[in-house]
Amino acid sequence: MSATLLTIFFSALLINNFTLSYFLGLCPFFGVSGRLQTAFRLGIANTFVLIITSFATWALNTYVLVHAPYLSLIAYILVIASTVQFVEMVIKKTLPALFRALGIYLPLITTNCAILGLALFQTSRGYGLIEGLVFAVASGLGLMLALVLMAGIREEAELSNVPRLLRGTAMSFLIAGILSLAFMGFAGLFGGS
Amino acid sequence: MSSASGRFLPEMAKGILRENPTFVQVLGMCPALAVTNSVLNGIVMGAATTFVLVMSSLMISALRKLIPSQVRISTYVVVIATFVTVADFTLQAMLPAAHHEMAAFISLIVVNCVILGRAEAFASRNPVLLSIADALGMGLGFSLAMVLIGGIREVLGSGSFFGIPVFGPGFEPWVVMVLPPGGFLVLGVLLLALAKFAELRSRAEEQRSRAAGEEPR
Repeated sequence: MSATLLTIFFSALLINNFTLSYFLGLCPFFGVSGRLQTAFRLGIANTFVLIITSFATWALNTYVLVHAPYLSLIAYILVIASTVQFVEMVIKKTLPALFRALGIYLPLITTNCAILGLALFQTSRGYGLIEGLVFAVASGLGLMLALVLMAGIREEAELSNVPRLLRGTAMSFLIAGILSLAFMGFAGLFGGS
Repeated sequence: MSSASGRFLPEMAKGILRENPTFVQVLGMCPALAVTNSVLNGIVMGAATTFVLVMSSLMISALRKLIPSQVRISTYVVVIATFVTVADFTLQAMLPAAHHEMAAFISLIVVNCVILGRAEAFASRNPVLLSIADALGMGLGFSLAMVLIGGIREVLGSGSFFGIPVFGPGFEPWVVMVLPPGGFLVLGVLLLALAKFAELRSRAEEQRSRAAGEEPR
C-alpha cells in the first residue's frame, strides 16, 4: 500500500509532472512565472485548491455521481468554482498582501486546467480518498516546482542579452520545452511508469 | 439586421488570423499542446472545441439579458460544461479510438480559456448572429493552429501525415516531437516565426508609407 502511495506521489511530482508532461495549468505557468516570489505563492494557492478539489471529487464520486454519472463534468466544475471563490474570500480577509500579489490569477485558478484535470484523472484512475489526497499534494508540489524553476530561469534571462525577437512568449515556450525534456529523464524512476 | 449580416464575415475573419486564439492571444494552451501529436487528433480537438464554442456563444448570447451579472461566470461555465458533455459523448460514440486516446483532454475543453474568454468578452454583449460569427472564427483559428502543430509534430515525430508514411523507410523519426517537449518546442518555434513575419511586414509597411510620403515631393 505504502509503495503504491509513494509511486503515485513521485509519479505526479516528477515523472508525469502536470505542467511539463500533461500541459495542465499553462496559463499561470506563462503568466505568473516572471517573479520567483509570486510563483511560489501561486504554487501554494494551487496546492491548497487541489487538495480541497481532490476531497470534493472523492465525495461527489462516492455519494452523488453514482446516481447520475452524466453530470460529472458539471458537478466538478461547479464545486471547483465555488471552492476557489471560498479560498479567494479567505485569503482576501486574512492575507490581503498575498491577495494583491496573486491578483487576477487567483480567480483564474478556476479555469486552470490542472484543477479539473486532477478531478478527471483521479476519477479515471479510480483513486480512493487517501490516494486522491496524495495525488493532489504531489500534483500541487509538481506545479509549484515547475513554476518556481521557470520563474528562476526567467529572472536570470531578464539580465542576459537575449535576441530581441526571442524575448517574451516564444522564449518561454522554448525554455518550457527544454525543462520538459529534462523532466523526461525521470521516466526511469521505479522502473518506468 | 442588414448591418449585422454585413459584419458577419469580418467578425469571423478576425479570429482566424489577426486575433488567432493560439498564436496571437496565446490562450487555450493545455488542449492545444496535449493532444496535437497527430493531425487527426488536432482535427478532432479543433472540431470539438469549435462546436462547443459556437453552441455556448449562441446560448449565452441569446440569454445575455436574462443572466444576472453577479452569477454570470458560473452560468457560462455550466452552459459550456453542458455542451462539452454533449461533445464528449458524441465522440465516444462516433470515434471511440480517438476518444480513448485523449479522453481527459476532451473534458478539459471546459476550462479552455478561449471559450470562457469569448463568452465574457463577446457573446455576453453582442447579438446572436455576431456571436456565432465570432465563435466560428475563433474556432476555425484554433482548429487551424491545432492542425498546423499536429501536422508538424506528426511529420517530424512519426514520419507520417494522417497515418500515411511520407519519408520512406530510411527516415529515423524524431520521437521527441510526439512526446511532451515537442509540443512546447514546436509552438515556441512557430511563435518565433510569426514574430519574425510580423516584424518583416511592419518594416515593409513602414517603407511603403515612407515611399508614399516621398512621392508628392
